[in-house]
Amino acid sequence: MEDITMKRYADGKPKLRRFHQAKWDEPIIFELSNEGERGILIPEVECEITNEVGDVMLTIPEGMRRKQPPELPELSQPQVLRHYMRLSQGTLGMDLNIDVGQGTCTMKYSPKINEQLARMAQMMEIHPLQDEETVQGILEVMYKFEQILNEISGMNQFSLQPGAGSQAIYANASIIRAHHEARGEADRRNEIITTIFSHPSNAACAKTAGFEIITLYPDENGYPDLEALKAAVSDHTAGLMITNPEDTGIFNPNIEEFVKVVHEAGGLCSYDQANANGILGITKAREADFDLCHFNLHKTFSAPHGCGGPAVGAIGVTKELTKFLPVPLIEFDGSKYHLNYDKPESIGKVRSFYGVTPAVLKAYAWVMSLGAEGLKEVAEVAVLNNNYLLKKLLEIGGLSAPYAKGKRRIEQVRYSWEKLTRDTGVRSEEIGLRAADFGVHYWTSHHPWIVPEPCTLEPTESYSKNDLDEYIEILRHVSNEAYTNPDLVKTAPHNSTIHKIDTAPLDDPSQWAMTWRAYRRKIRKET
Amino acid sequence: MIKKKQIVYPYIPNSVSTVKNQMLKEVGAKGVEDFFEDIPKKLRLKKNMNLPKPLLSEYSLRKHIEGILSKNKTCQEHLNFLGAGCWQHYVPAVCDEVNQRSEFLTAYAGEPYDDHGRFQALFEYASMMGELLNMDVVNVPTYDWLQAAATSIRMASRITGRREVLVSRTISADKLSKIWDYCKPEMEIKLLDYDCESGQQDLDSLEVEISSKTAAVYFENPSYLGFVEAHGDEVSKIAHDHGAMCIVGVDPISLGILTPPIEYGADIVCGDLQPLGMHMQFGGGHAGFIATRDEEKYVMEYPSRLFGVAPTSVEGEYGFGDVAYERTSFALREEGKEFVGTATALWGITAGVYLALMGPQGMREIGEGIMQRSRYVMLQLSKIKGVKCPVFQSTHFKEFVVNFDGTGKTVPEINEALLKHKIFGGKDLTKEFPELGNSALYCVTEVHTKDDVDKLINALKEGVE
Repeated sequence: MEDITMKRYADGKPKLRRFHQAKWDEPIIFELSNEGERGILIPEVECEITNEVGDVMLTIPEGMRRKQPPELPELSQPQVLRHYMRLSQGTLGMDLNIDVGQGTCTMKYSPKINEQLARMAQMMEIHPLQDEETVQGILEVMYKFEQILNEISGMNQFSLQPGAGSQAIYANASIIRAHHEARGEADRRNEIITTIFSHPSNAACAKTAGFEIITLYPDENGYPDLEALKAAVSDHTAGLMITNPEDTGIFNPNIEEFVKVVHEAGGLCSYDQANANGILGITKAREADFDLCHFNLHKTFSAPHGCGGPAVGAIGVTKELTKFLPVPLIEFDGSKYHLNYDKPESIGKVRSFYGVTPAVLKAYAWVMSLGAEGLKEVAEVAVLNNNYLLKKLLEIGGLSAPYAKGKRRIEQVRYSWEKLTRDTGVRSEEIGLRAADFGVHYWTSHHPWIVPEPCTLEPTESYSKNDLDEYIEILRHVSNEAYTNPDLVKTAPHNSTIHKIDTAPLDDPSQWAMTWRAYRRKIRKET
Repeated sequence: MIKKKQIVYPYIPNSVSTVKNQMLKEVGAKGVEDFFEDIPKKLRLKKNMNLPKPLLSEYSLRKHIEGILSKNKTCQEHLNFLGAGCWQHYVPAVCDEVNQRSEFLTAYAGEPYDDHGRFQALFEYASMMGELLNMDVVNVPTYDWLQAAATSIRMASRITGRREVLVSRTISADKLSKIWDYCKPEMEIKLLDYDCESGQQDLDSLEVEISSKTAAVYFENPSYLGFVEAHGDEVSKIAHDHGAMCIVGVDPISLGILTPPIEYGADIVCGDLQPLGMHMQFGGGHAGFIATRDEEKYVMEYPSRLFGVAPTSVEGEYGFGDVAYERTSFALREEGKEFVGTATALWGITAGVYLALMGPQGMREIGEGIMQRSRYVMLQLSKIKGVKCPVFQSTHFKEFVVNFDGTGKTVPEINEALLKHKIFGGKDLTKEFPELGNSALYCVTEVHTKDDVDKLINALKEGVE
């Protein structure tokens, strides 16, 4: 029998996997419905109750009593479970793949022990309005984690309420607005400055909070342009909201100067540290004199990404801005933890209750498993992994890393396939779909594509050298294919759950269908 | 060469010093310091952060966390009658099984190919919600009901080009606070009175406040205070007569028995998914939905992602993708509609599992069973001397207001007495609705048995005497 292990590491390099994603041809759940089947039974109401209350349906006002039952599918329990198991197999979670292709998102290992702990009844089965005496445990976790974030950022006080990075940015924009309102300058100070390589939500959320947006572009070396900032500030400046290191993985060496310029113009500075993976224990937001910052617990702090949430965007502020944080704040009197709602200048509620507290628990457990030295190790290894990947990938035909030539990067790099596209016609997105044929995820980049044909790779600390080598080999292989057999790449994926999607209907109001009922009506023409 | 570390971290494969040194050599770096050369020395930390000593073994970590969490008292060992935005419903085991799956739990932003399953699961979630709501468009869920309501209102403002919203005063203080903070940059928020006998929307107040400036009227059904709003069609008619939209917030677990809001004139419907398969999690189980008709003027105003079904190159195969992606802030930054980002996708998938398990019969039975139980509790409470229940003369779904003025006790005093019996009494409303006196909002669901009710009644009788 052939020894396949010999083939896996020919020449000391990992051979590409003969991957194929699970392909079940799984129908839409409605197509699995069989009239009368039940997935679960409901607890019966005791007859003492039914006898006493009579027919409650008759008590519902006529117009409010549902006439037609909802046309939900009817399935028995094993059929429901099997359907979702099959769908899960068509989903390439971080646990399954070398997930360095989702740059800016810090795809790191979410420890299973933390998931188990967060699934304990003492976390799952507590109501947010229980008497404080009965929730001292979770309040302690939240309070202690806030202290940890204070130490990591240098800020004075955190709120763990926002439901992810974008909501955190919105909350910070709202605090900036409240700050200027309190000083009677809100009407005039209506501009937020950001950079094009900051996460798009810095611009979008600040706009939603009522500000006009000024976007700075990088200088020729890819660094945020200080002169452009100086030209942009005025007495209309409400604040600066930027990511650093930027999406390019480049740390802004003039960051202190940026803050100074904005402060002198009367604005506040908010540091997007959603992804702080490369700077844990290396530098702090407050050291550069920022007034606000935020961390994504589902990124840097290992809480799972959950297909896109639930999540936490923890916001931290200086002492001066603490009064504006969302309510309630958690306080400790030396023996007990309390929720303080008595904050008249607060921006109010950002998210229900106290945010996604199980994610806080997971992040707290993660920090406790590492300590200060461990967190620094996270940053150092993430950055080492990134620079290793950078060095090796630049040997691949058609790929470059624009800006800051010859310089190191922090935790990620925005690469460009511009040359390869010019040479072969194969585009970044197509490279990603072909890479998926070998069992890895790959994402292009946020829009707009200032860097042509981009991809952003972020290897975090969770991947071994062998993992990185495998990812490098996949991209090398796909690049070779682009030069030798571009059609193979352009028609990818070939080993996926499904084949090439015709996306045109998704932008056509007469054809788009966001629910099964709409699909049946519009596409199948069922009445 | 970097100095040898004592600790090899299980979550960090390359914390093995030989590997690290090999990689440093390959990239031509003397040490990791080289990588941070762009960070000014002045900003660099000179010493390690002052953090608690780590618990390096998994066992010691577990003991530590279990020790802290053991200070929490759960709604399993206590009898819980709290609701008010977070509700104790039974969570089927299959819901937990699916949302614990590594593939779903740790996926994020994959393509419609490598994450085909995620796209299908979320499309199916939206489709099942669509059946429950009788609506054709449902978003990939947002953070919670608070956000869903605030965004619905801003959507209505963009659609109508108007900048005023009328909000029923029976909504929760938290939701009003969120709407206030989120809509303030663009809109003015006005409150509508309710009828003090029935709690129902005061139609006169609505007629007085509504004008050609009104973008939307927002009310909830069942209301935050638990009663069924009987005049939905009248409210929506008044709104429509003035060119305004009608937005209804709804508890989805009521929709097996209550009329979907679109049938009494709602244009945008929103609410929270937490009742559909999410544990309470101290408030961590929330997810918001927004639903509309399938018309371009609505679709193009959603900030959220919308997943649609699309053909592939193989006949009969379902593909999925983003509908009208160009409206989002992912595509257009500040020119997109509001903003989009990570929210609560896993809870959306879970709510889909829940609806698939329940089916039409399950949704009807759970709705009816909840109403029977809550009505029973109301009847028993009303027999206690000094207790008025329900405060509002209307039909209630799972929540209702209980007034204790006649007992001479405050709500905190009563709840303290109940706690001694391992009962969490209803939410104190005295600050939120001072006009209701010493009142509390109680919640009864399918988890409550007659025994539970007897315990509550006995403990209350003892507490008020």
